[in-house]
Amino acid sequence: MKRIYSVLVENRSGVLCKVAGLFSRRCFNIDSLAVGETDDHAVSCMTIVSSGDERTLEQIEKQLNKKLDVIKVKTLSQEQCYTRELMLLKVKYNKNNRRDIIEICDIMKTEIVDMSKHFMMLQICDAPEKIDTLIKMLQTISIVEVARTGTLALSKCSENDD
Amino acid sequence: MIGADAIIKCLEAEGVSTVFGYPGVAICPFFNSILDSEIQTVLIRTEQNAAHAASGVARMTGRPGVCAVTSGPGATNVITGIATAFADSIPLICITGQVNSELLGSDVFQEADITGTVESFVKYSYLVKNVNDIPRVFKEAFYIANTGRKGPVLIDIPIDIQNAVIKNFHYPEEVNLRTYKPTVKGHAVQIKKVIKELERAKRPIICAGGGVLLSEAEEELRGFAEEHGIPVVSTMMGIGVMPTEHPLYYGMVGNNGKAYANRAMNESDLLIMVGARVADRAVSQPDLITRNKILVHIDVDPAEIGKNAGPSIPLVGDAKHIFQDFQKEEFSCDYEEWIATLNEYRSTMEKKRTPNPNYVDPAAFITRLSEKMQEDGVYVADVGQNQIWSCGYHIVKKGKFLTSGGMGTMGYSIPAAMGAKTAAMDKQVIAVCGDGSFQMSMMELATIRQHNIPVKIIVLKNNYLGMVREYQHYTYKDHYSVVDLSGSPDLEKLSAAYDIPYLRLNNMEHVDEVLDAFLAEDNTMLLECMIDPMDLVK
Repeated sequence: MKRIYSVLVENRSGVLCKVAGLFSRRCFNIDSLAVGETDDHAVSCMTIVSSGDERTLEQIEKQLNKKLDVIKVKTLSQEQCYTRELMLLKVKYNKNNRRDIIEICDIMKTEIVDMSKHFMMLQICDAPEKIDTLIKMLQTISIVEVARTGTLALSKCSENDD
Repeated sequence: MIGADAIIKCLEAEGVSTVFGYPGVAICPFFNSILDSEIQTVLIRTEQNAAHAASGVARMTGRPGVCAVTSGPGATNVITGIATAFADSIPLICITGQVNSELLGSDVFQEADITGTVESFVKYSYLVKNVNDIPRVFKEAFYIANTGRKGPVLIDIPIDIQNAVIKNFHYPEEVNLRTYKPTVKGHAVQIKKVIKELERAKRPIICAGGGVLLSEAEEELRGFAEEHGIPVVSTMMGIGVMPTEHPLYYGMVGNNGKAYANRAMNESDLLIMVGARVADRAVSQPDLITRNKILVHIDVDPAEIGKNAGPSIPLVGDAKHIFQDFQKEEFSCDYEEWIATLNEYRSTMEKKRTPNPNYVDPAAFITRLSEKMQEDGVYVADVGQNQIWSCGYHIVKKGKFLTSGGMGTMGYSIPAAMGAKTAAMDKQVIAVCGDGSFQMSMMELATIRQHNIPVKIIVLKNNYLGMVREYQHYTYKDHYSVVDLSGSPDLEKLSAAYDIPYLRLNNMEHVDEVLDAFLAEDNTMLLECMIDPMDLVK
């Protein structure tokens, strides 16, 4: 089972280490982690994707809540939220596959952000599954380098948001 | 006023009377300023014991114990003591000196990243980088250590911050922590549910853990149990919640506990676990405590509930508040049949020992000792076979029973007893250890002598690391490895070297006169009891 934790924490040095340490010490998985400041400089948001059985996933939430630097923990299931990742990817191209790459980019809403004589840099911002699909599509063509962020997630908009 | 003066002011404001510590350059400003205060300092002989001694203070007073050590090796040495306190949820304030803040991270002499290193053993830690933060940090630290699920808090203070001038010292009256608001009051709906189950139950039992003692809820729990005739068992850390000979108390559970206590817990139809972690030594098979029964789990730490066993009724809150709320509820119940069954178990299932008459029988000795101890005497058990014998045969009356239950740290008893005695000079305090655990803390005999801390020490000597030897006896068929304690010092000569009176008991023949002599005065004394090296706890 997968679960997404949206964790608001005090924006202090050492907090990332404390949260990551909690996961390693208690043998919890981190499938993905993304950290950034929120609209409030004093608060950061960590989006952590983890997997495990129900008891483990409940323990993760409780143990996170126990940390004194954690302000709030929201747990999100995939149906309840929008998830996004950003990926930059470099491919090597030649005149035979150039058209194919452009076509894939078109279908996958992927932007070409940079180009040289033999290399192209692509950028995609989408749900993690879409990003996996793009990688799969481009695997037949040669991928040189990949950098992707962790998953970001926010719960879907509702009138109860406040 | 400089930072170091401010720290002392904070400790004074918190009513701290003793600091256990070991100096080094990085904590010298602190130890210089403390000379101008009424706070007593005790020079411990190794840093680990400073934390154990502070733990003894905390467990006697219900307030955080304080220790202060230097940077680098001083700080790393204290970690085992902190981890011991953390495992048993004992509130500590541990102050560590640190190198100059401008040199942090450059691996200078005696620099250790202590806040990073100790992270998994503290409730919280601070690295103070601005002298003006000192009052707020200390106020928060004492509050965090002693509220909710208690635990150690470490404050790391670079030497330049201790020496920096602080403009306005003002000790805050309140803390303002947006991320920390422990739940102490139990949810009313959950409380009603528990009462309903008690009405329905035929075989209820309360299993009391160390959390009951930490929230000082002994009276409430006992009162509730007595009013409704509910039997009580305890974990190792819960020893002392009920007097051992209370008719409703059925002993310690767990793989080193009483067989009838485990049977009582397993056969119950309603188990109320309170302030206990459901850890492996108390409950080796968590499914047994949920099978065919309703499990109510009461704990101030929500993360403990459901961690090792899924309860039918989770109840987050402080034991004292919750039992006060239970006491307000009226309900009818009749558990007499159940009590009769348990009494039968208790009278028939006590294991018979076959002691070797040439040696001191630790079981009979410990029982005799408890009979002769003052009613409110403090018994500090170490770790090893001696601990299991102590748990099994010490009779608690009105006193406290202190031991390292969660971490099982050898060498705990002597420094913890020193801390306990310092905090309660009017009480009789006795440390009971084995010859292995004694040698882990025997350097503290000097501290006892230097500071005149009249704790009594009993060494159950069997020339082995007995607990491991026993394990090797069963698991490796007497293939003993690294458990022989030959080479240990002659304790009579050792006591003489420290100018500490010494007594020795070879067998049970003179137990009464030796114990009477040992307990006659409120002074330090060492009693060595010769135990059969092959004796077993099981």
